[in-house]
Amino acid sequence: MGRYVVRRLLQMIPVFIGSTFLIFFMVYALGDPVAAMFGDRAPDPATAAQIRRDLYLDQPLGKQYLHYMGQIFQGNFGTAFNGQSVTELMASAFPVTLRLTLVAIVLEMLVGITLGVFSGLRRGRGIDTSVLLLSLIVVSVPTFVSGYLLQFVFGVRWAWAAPSVAPEAPLNELLLPGLVLALVSLAYVTRLTRTSIAENARADYVRTALAKGLPRHRVITRHLLRNSLIPVVTFIGTDIGALMGGAIVTERIFNIHGVGFQLYQGILRQNSPTVVGFVTILVLVFLLANLLVDLLYAVLDPRIRYA
Amino acid sequence: MTNDGHGGEGGGTALLDVRDLTVEFRTRDGVAHAVNGVSYRVAPGETLAVLGESGSGKSVTAQAVMGILDSPPGRVTGGQVLFHGRDLLTLRREERRRIRGAKMAMIFQDALSALNPVLSVGAQLAEMFRVHEGTSRKEARGRAVELMERVGIPAARARVDDYPHQFSGGMRQRIMIAMALALGPDLIIADEPTTALDVTVQAQVMDLLAELQRELTMGLILITHDLGVVADVADTIAVMYAGRIVETAPVHALYRAPAHPYTRGLLESIPRLDHKGRRLHAIKGLPPSLTAIPPGCPFHPRCPLAQDICRTDPPPLYEAGPGRASACHFWKETLDGAR
Repeated sequence: MGRYVVRRLLQMIPVFIGSTFLIFFMVYALGDPVAAMFGDRAPDPATAAQIRRDLYLDQPLGKQYLHYMGQIFQGNFGTAFNGQSVTELMASAFPVTLRLTLVAIVLEMLVGITLGVFSGLRRGRGIDTSVLLLSLIVVSVPTFVSGYLLQFVFGVRWAWAAPSVAPEAPLNELLLPGLVLALVSLAYVTRLTRTSIAENARADYVRTALAKGLPRHRVITRHLLRNSLIPVVTFIGTDIGALMGGAIVTERIFNIHGVGFQLYQGILRQNSPTVVGFVTILVLVFLLANLLVDLLYAVLDPRIRYA
Repeated sequence: MTNDGHGGEGGGTALLDVRDLTVEFRTRDGVAHAVNGVSYRVAPGETLAVLGESGSGKSVTAQAVMGILDSPPGRVTGGQVLFHGRDLLTLRREERRRIRGAKMAMIFQDALSALNPVLSVGAQLAEMFRVHEGTSRKEARGRAVELMERVGIPAARARVDDYPHQFSGGMRQRIMIAMALALGPDLIIADEPTTALDVTVQAQVMDLLAELQRELTMGLILITHDLGVVADVADTIAVMYAGRIVETAPVHALYRAPAHPYTRGLLESIPRLDHKGRRLHAIKGLPPSLTAIPPGCPFHPRCPLAQDICRTDPPPLYEAGPGRASACHFWKETLDGAR
């Protein structure tokens, strides 16, 4: 088990370097941040050169990258062009997005897995067909439509939830945006669980469990569910990263100043340090989430643990 | 052992008495008649071998007896399953569950897929005591180790936390046997227990099963398509075809002289050393589809002795000697022809 973890950790290093270099390359090499800083006006050449020197922009790309990474490992993500330090931006953006993601993941697990188990056990019957149909609708409606719709119905019309959310909003106020964020993944989790349960329900070991005279709930939770959850865990794990970085639409709709919102602003204004900094953190989140999945995998399936 | 002394036509005390059992599967292609009026009896300490090709209904009958039929689509549509004289089919689900695993247990063909891959064998064994007897975690674990030792697993104490995939095929089947034995059942149903194993291991596992059965005087139903396995261990044989029993007989009588053309066909299709170089005999044709079983005797399209009566009148089970019966209009001719 220890070697398994070490191997996974070592595999993360090249992935981290590769993906951060790629984003660094795209942001710095494909646009001129200094020109963007001045907007429509042409900058004074001497000032521009001075800024370039201060920001290491006159160095070759490889050197810039090394310098940047060196700074990051000292906890310095640089300064956004408006003078605010990127770490400060992160400190304000990440907590609310983290809470939003947490709400979304919990909803995915509770609602998605429950619905999936029920429809998987009653394959082909009323509940199964309606859940399948509903999930199909949810998957095909884009988030900005479902988001605005739910915001209007629950937030404005019935006023059950706040239509816009402050950065320090507690978890319960994040329920509605969390649901919007989770919706599509929730449908996938439902379908994945359903298929997995329906497939495994006919497995030999389930019949053995029945032949042992175990109560139905024990057959389902201890024998069937544990085997069926392996693909679902993979999906939810990788989804953590996707939800954190992909909350752009949801955060716009509910006016949440989180990661998605800051990234969006950063891209719009060609604010390179913000974009690279946030993406670097997101890459780390992805990698950690994947590591978590791999570890959970090994916990759920001993055949992997001893491989 | 509790036994209310239920006796049938044949006399003696039956542990299990299946009467006229009928099972159907409702599929998209129509109703599959998987079991059509099967009756058999097992006494304590007796071994009944149920022989038949795949699709003959031998496993489905066993699943109906155990109460683990896939339903839907499977459904018991008639008959009785008397266990210690009580009809299991009339019991409530919860009552039936308590009997399952505790009083009657089942051993499956492929232990690798029949054991749960994500739980240690110790946990799967201990579960029997935990669920049926409410034993403490620690004691259940101790008894799991004892069981593993009993079925001859070396270093049981060290291996109790191992997972099924870490054992060899023979060891896994021993664990299946241990699981079936856990609560000292009166009846064990073994569904092709050795089919998935190497020939040398087959003999060991069969010996273990027979030895434990003798020791604990359990009834054993051995479901198989392998005539070789049957000869050594069974007392009685029931041959099934298209969801019916076509012949029952004490094992040696049946081998000496079959009273049904299907049984004779099966015996003749065994490769024999003294027939080396000759073509192997095969029964012509295929078993019928269970959604369209031919009228009359279901075997008539493949039977060398078939006459007009076979195409119209389903043969009853004729008494064909002491303790034997044959569902063939021409059982006498078959029997004489075999002698």
